[in-house]
Amino acid sequence: MSETAAATFAAAPAKPDTPRSAVTEGRAVRWTLTAIAIVFLALFLVLPLATVFVQALSKGFETYIATFREPDALSAVRLTLIVAAIAVPFNLVFGIAASWAIAKFEFAGKSLLVTLIDLPFSVSPVVSGLIYVLVFSAQGVFGAFFVQHGIQILFALPGIVLATIFVTFPFVARELIPLMQEQGTAEEEAALTLGASGLWAFLTVTLPNIRWGLLYSVLLCNARAMGEFGAVSVVSGHIRGLTNTIPLHVEILYNEYNFVAAFAVASLLAGLALVTLLIKSILEWRYAGELAAGGRH
Amino acid sequence: MTVSTKPRWRAKPRWRFRQPSVLPGFGITFGYTILCLSLVVLIPLGALVVRSSRLGLSGIWEVASDPRVASALKISFGVSLLAALTASVFGFLVAWVLTRYRFPGRRIVDAVVDLPFALPTAVAGIALAQVYAPNGIVGAQLEKIGIKAAYTPLGIFIAMVFIGLPFAVRTVQPLIAEIDKEVEEASATLGASRRATLWKVVLPPLIPAVLTGFALAFARGVGEYGSIIFIAGNLPYVSEIAPLLIVIKLSEYDYAGAAAIATIMLGISFLTLLAINLIQAWSRRRFGYV
Amino acid sequence: MGGTSGRPSTAIRVEGLSKTFDTAAVLHDFDLDVRAGELLGLLGPSGSGKTTLLRIIAGLDFPDRGRVLFGGDDATGLPVQKRAVGFVFQHYALFKHMSVADNIAYGLNARKRAERPDKAEIKRRVGDLLDLIKLSGFADRYPSQLSGGQRQRVALARALAVEPRVLLLDEPFGALDAQVRKDLRRWLREIHDRTGQTTIFVTHDQDEALELSDRVAVLDKGRLEQVGTPDEVQDNPASATVLKFLGDAVEVEAIAEGGQVRVDGRPVPGVVAPAGLIGPVKLHVRPWQFQLTDPSAAHLRGTVRSSHRSQGRQRIEVEHGPGRPLLVEDFDGERYAAGHPVGLRIVGGYVFA
Repeated sequence: MSETAAATFAAAPAKPDTPRSAVTEGRAVRWTLTAIAIVFLALFLVLPLATVFVQALSKGFETYIATFREPDALSAVRLTLIVAAIAVPFNLVFGIAASWAIAKFEFAGKSLLVTLIDLPFSVSPVVSGLIYVLVFSAQGVFGAFFVQHGIQILFALPGIVLATIFVTFPFVARELIPLMQEQGTAEEEAALTLGASGLWAFLTVTLPNIRWGLLYSVLLCNARAMGEFGAVSVVSGHIRGLTNTIPLHVEILYNEYNFVAAFAVASLLAGLALVTLLIKSILEWRYAGELAAGGRH
Repeated sequence: MTVSTKPRWRAKPRWRFRQPSVLPGFGITFGYTILCLSLVVLIPLGALVVRSSRLGLSGIWEVASDPRVASALKISFGVSLLAALTASVFGFLVAWVLTRYRFPGRRIVDAVVDLPFALPTAVAGIALAQVYAPNGIVGAQLEKIGIKAAYTPLGIFIAMVFIGLPFAVRTVQPLIAEIDKEVEEASATLGASRRATLWKVVLPPLIPAVLTGFALAFARGVGEYGSIIFIAGNLPYVSEIAPLLIVIKLSEYDYAGAAAIATIMLGISFLTLLAINLIQAWSRRRFGYV
Repeated sequence: MGGTSGRPSTAIRVEGLSKTFDTAAVLHDFDLDVRAGELLGLLGPSGSGKTTLLRIIAGLDFPDRGRVLFGGDDATGLPVQKRAVGFVFQHYALFKHMSVADNIAYGLNARKRAERPDKAEIKRRVGDLLDLIKLSGFADRYPSQLSGGQRQRVALARALAVEPRVLLLDEPFGALDAQVRKDLRRWLREIHDRTGQTTIFVTHDQDEALELSDRVAVLDKGRLEQVGTPDEVQDNPASATVLKFLGDAVEVEAIAEGGQVRVDGRPVPGVVAPAGLIGPVKLHVRPWQFQLTDPSAAHLRGTVRSSHRSQGRQRIEVEHGPGRPLLVEDFDGERYAAGHPVGLRIVGGYVFA
């Protein structure tokens, strides 16, 4: 590295323009490192994303649109929306309740509770699906009960929803807990001394303070809920037009060598991912102070 | 001033589950939290534990020593280790460039890092397969120099680097941003070269974060399914990963076999989680932060 | 000074308060009366329990034992909302997402419809309070757009808006810089004189407590060391702890006999030994209770170690045998160089049983 000599005597200007700071690398090193980073990211991350759209449109716009006229594709979209519409609100309510209890109170076993809430993030998606199969299959722990009463959990909407809730379980809570801890309890206490009831204090003081963190976490939770593949794949049974979500439909089309259609449907999810990233980035730039530090999961 | 030797008055320490607070709603929110946690996480995971305890250690060992299962586990853990290592190296580089250097489009590049978090794994999977297939844009180039990427363990490696990268970047990035410039300046005023400053002053405090990022990427790689199966080729004994084997066992209604593999994988993720906690505890003692 | 009001009725009484956090006692069997209309300063080092006491009075913390009485009624079990206290938090706890006017009106808006003043009335009261805190043009600003001192005043107005029976301030000037502190201190005293609001404030700053308070309560390690007017606690400190906390003092070896206190055989004027105290005692002497004299007529002899001048007086450190040097304050203006031999006459001091 050629910058070391110059760094040692930082006060002496190495070049006629600006003297180089003692706390950075030389220009050549900086440019090389930046170039490596960008090429790496382009090759590994951007290229696959671009491929989705290129492949989707490779047979023209007409073919692309036609993919979504397929009833199976439409039912996959419908199912995905229904699943997200149940799973996301569930985790939203859970996340708010959990973070209120955990962030605003001191109690024994708190860190164990936080670890348990985080658990689904460290479980393989396939295992996440498997555990529900074990619970609800005919030989499973509760399976017999549901089978007797004619309630279909596995290979049906309830199973898909449960698996989705599991994999997205920590999203809202883990964003809100550090955020609420950072904010402390002084504002709520102030509201109470001014005569507000607990619920009123929550609605008028706590909720406005966490609104951006809430939006941020719901956004990420939703992206994962709509895009989950492994866990849902295990519990869905892959019944075309009935229990296939968008990602599962992509898999089926791909395995049938219907690549254009597979990428066309995938482009829906890729578009969702891009919108999610965009809003997420905007939130991080504009409201960094109102998100949990290091809140990116 | 004299030091007071008056004994501090001590109450009999009274154990409380919860410190009293003026804020309401603990009972209902705590209860609801425990209820949801039990229904969604604890009971289903408990079912797995029950199922595998019926097998016993010997039963699990029997499943694991089946050659096909053993090779799948070996592939999952081995490739994931290499991929996590690669992701850590490049992740550190990306994090350093993003926090330390200013260049046009930096914010976009920063946002792009989260792509693997946001892109559904199935979409990533078919896209990676397309790019690295023999007729794909990168795959064709690799083919020319005699490297087969897709449908080999190299394909698994690529997918694992893809999904592990954000973990590696995002764990070190905030710490690089928090490095006190004055410390580097102090090092420079004391006569250290830039390289010495980096090695002796800047890098050591970042080691725990790098290790944490590595462990996270590793754990994610071991469990990953969607982005791998399309590019892996899924050839038994060659490029078949453990999660896929669980799916296969399930489709054969071999619940015991699936549960056994899942238990092994769960055990490994818990060990990884434990390792992360130990790293962070060490970091807190040694450097005063996580 | 003598700012105490002519009606010593008790507004708030705490009886036998005890409180522990984990295993450390924060308050130990604590009693205190707060008189109606007075401005009471709770003074103590950090960890002395003063903030906890304030929060217990407000209903934000709960005692393990003891009672809080408001005007003779037991309020120990009363929830914070019903206590009608105005609490000003150390870091203000303003609602960041609300304008200054909305912050001040919060307590009124939080009331049940039947008790809530109508919109015009709320607006009028917010306007009056903004006048009082001299921030009339700031109604639509947000807390982030205000300086520290302005936030402090908004927090006070917000607390006053609900017409509390007692105003509680936790380190009200702790987070402000020196000049703003001084201005706000004077201003708070003015507001108090105008409104006659019973007020308790917590501080660790002696000057602040002595300047502002009608009475000062000195706390240490969860106990009440002394309560009295600023003059009382300064002239007759109840313990060495109070004495040391209120300013510099040095300890001088002395002998008590027959009600007198002698140093080097010479009686110290103005100091009376507590009844029954005989033998070696520690005499606590303030820097201004020394006079520089001719060594032959002095209680103590030593040499000047260093001296410096500040604000019209000279502070001299006198080396006097082993141990810490004596701190002497001198106003006559003659400069003493290091090494100069001096004699010290003690003209006052305190002896505690």
